[in-house]
Amino acid sequence: MFLEFFYLLRAKGLNVTINEWMTLMEALDKGMAKASLTGFYRLCRSVLIKTEADFDKFDQVFMEYFGAIETPEDLPQEFWDWLAHGERERDLDDHGDQELFARELEELLRMFEERIQEQKEEHHGGNYWIGTGGTSTMGRGGYNPTGIRVGGKSRHKTALQVAGERNFKDFREDTILGIRQFQMAFRKLRQYSTRVDGVEKELDLDKTVDETCDNAGMLTLAYERPRKNTVKVLLLIDSEGSMLPYSRLCNRLFQAVSKSNHFKDLKIYYFHNAIYDQLYTTPHCKMRDSVETTWVFHKLDSEYKVIFVGDAAMAPSELHRPGGNAIIGVYNRETGIEWFNKFKKRFKKQIWLNPIEEKYWDNTYGSATIGEIRKVFPMFELSLTGLEAGLKKLMVR
Amino acid sequence: MSNVNLFTGSSGYVVTPELMDAVNVSIALKKPLLIKGEPGTGKTMLAQAIAESLDKPLIVWSIKSTTKAQDGLYLYDTVQRLYDSQFGEGDVSDIGQYIRLGKLGEAFTSEDQAVLLIDEIDKADLEFPNDLLWELDRMEFYINETKETITTKHRPIVIITSNAEKELPDAFLRRCIFHYIEFPDEEKMREIIRVHYGDLDGKLVENALEAFYQIREMSDLQKKPSTSELLDWIQALMVSGVSVDDLSEKMPFVGVLLKKNEDIEVMQEIKEKGYSLRRW
Repeated sequence: MFLEFFYLLRAKGLNVTINEWMTLMEALDKGMAKASLTGFYRLCRSVLIKTEADFDKFDQVFMEYFGAIETPEDLPQEFWDWLAHGERERDLDDHGDQELFARELEELLRMFEERIQEQKEEHHGGNYWIGTGGTSTMGRGGYNPTGIRVGGKSRHKTALQVAGERNFKDFREDTILGIRQFQMAFRKLRQYSTRVDGVEKELDLDKTVDETCDNAGMLTLAYERPRKNTVKVLLLIDSEGSMLPYSRLCNRLFQAVSKSNHFKDLKIYYFHNAIYDQLYTTPHCKMRDSVETTWVFHKLDSEYKVIFVGDAAMAPSELHRPGGNAIIGVYNRETGIEWFNKFKKRFKKQIWLNPIEEKYWDNTYGSATIGEIRKVFPMFELSLTGLEAGLKKLMVR
Repeated sequence: MSNVNLFTGSSGYVVTPELMDAVNVSIALKKPLLIKGEPGTGKTMLAQAIAESLDKPLIVWSIKSTTKAQDGLYLYDTVQRLYDSQFGEGDVSDIGQYIRLGKLGEAFTSEDQAVLLIDEIDKADLEFPNDLLWELDRMEFYINETKETITTKHRPIVIITSNAEKELPDAFLRRCIFHYIEFPDEEKMREIIRVHYGDLDGKLVENALEAFYQIREMSDLQKKPSTSELLDWIQALMVSGVSVDDLSEKMPFVGVLLKKNEDIEVMQEIKEKGYSLRRW
């Protein structure tokens, strides 16, 4: 029964197992789909799909398999024009004649096809043609519990193609990177050690047992220092100009990092395109909120994990010419690329996260400077996979 | 489908048809129902509503970051036994009296079929759900100390909630029925307000909802207000009797909706300028 559907789901990367499939069959045996496609759709989804991130994919596969229901796109243009004229909607409690019967889907689709062939003009409020406000099985703004809605807004949600609405598009994991996902990724930046300073306040069980035995059974308690994360992070964010389109993404990253309280220390500074003598403490990059880059070098030890966030796209002069600083009125004797190399020497581990998708790095605005900076730092795309790979790079010794 | 255990919602809880179906599927198939959704969408309330509407006892097992699977089954109170042996109290040879059943054990041995809520399972350790696979599958566990097997008299209805703080293991997910509670849209929200406060002044509800969804649209907030905060806010508005004409501009009692100072500032900035750079 629908076995192709099962394989189609798997082929589209939804990890449905035989066990879940058998569960679905059991549920169908018990008549839990309520003999309606909507019921069947809900049942399939709750039994087979276990995360809202996959709902959208599931919707699409469901559409594909129980397909041809998503007709609106293929509909001849005149039908759209007819529907657009004389919009009228039925009241919600107006069900038309009560002889409702569950039509077989195929029959319905066949009728729909036929009607497209047959219909030559617009119809509204009737029970046969494709029109608005009626009780025929196809059209919009009307009422028929088993009908096909042709465009327009969903009013009763009983039309067959709820799946076609793709309500869960926003939950797709491959398109949206939420704060939580960032946070989950940053949890990987952990390195536990008991060698940090602190009071010995946790009971060391093994030692307690040993010492108690040594002491001929008289209880002797032994304590140890709690294990603490030793990872320190220096986050440097490119904040202006060409970064504006990515502000929302970077904002989420920022929130995730600043909420992560498991770092031993976290320092955040901002820069504009490239780094020179100053780093800024606010995203507006104003001189009055700046610190000397060398002061940062002196203050932070080499164990800090450095994360650059920026598109690395800039004019080549900003990297290679003294005085190339894009902030007006600030002169730099040493070039941007020299400063980047100083970072590389000063700290043991650094990565560069780039909000531009990796596939465009070689042929977008700024591909020259992206290439230059990639030679200095390992660069990763600012997506979940890129971030995870990057953080791994920061952790390996 | 037999109508013996058919969940149809309860008077104090607004349930969507999708959710109702999911609950009934999980009851009929005897599989745990995993509920996910934003905070404040009534995940925990669902178990209460099910227990109430089916007239069954509710057993809540709230998970904390330190909770272990074993805690839900049983605890062997060794310290009590040690004390008893030192002070010569009680019958130390009877280990059974030092075994305390956990929430899962309680649900298994309940005289009537119980509704078991495992609340916020994602708070616990990553491996926690895997440790419960056997127990939830077979609905039985073995007590080593007394060589007893605890089996269910009536298989409990198991509801599990998760805030998606951690990914749950696949093996665990495969055994569950899953439902994601969407944040209620305005229509649904109106119904929820009606269920809680009866019919209110239309203007109050309209304006409050408008202001509420306006704030929820702001993606720069750290914590978006949820249903329970909206309900509190409406109550505050009712009790105080402030004018509701320009709610979304004046935002009285905004502290009820937004719990963080930064969020309030961000909200005001967005209202003024249309954007906020504060969170940077």
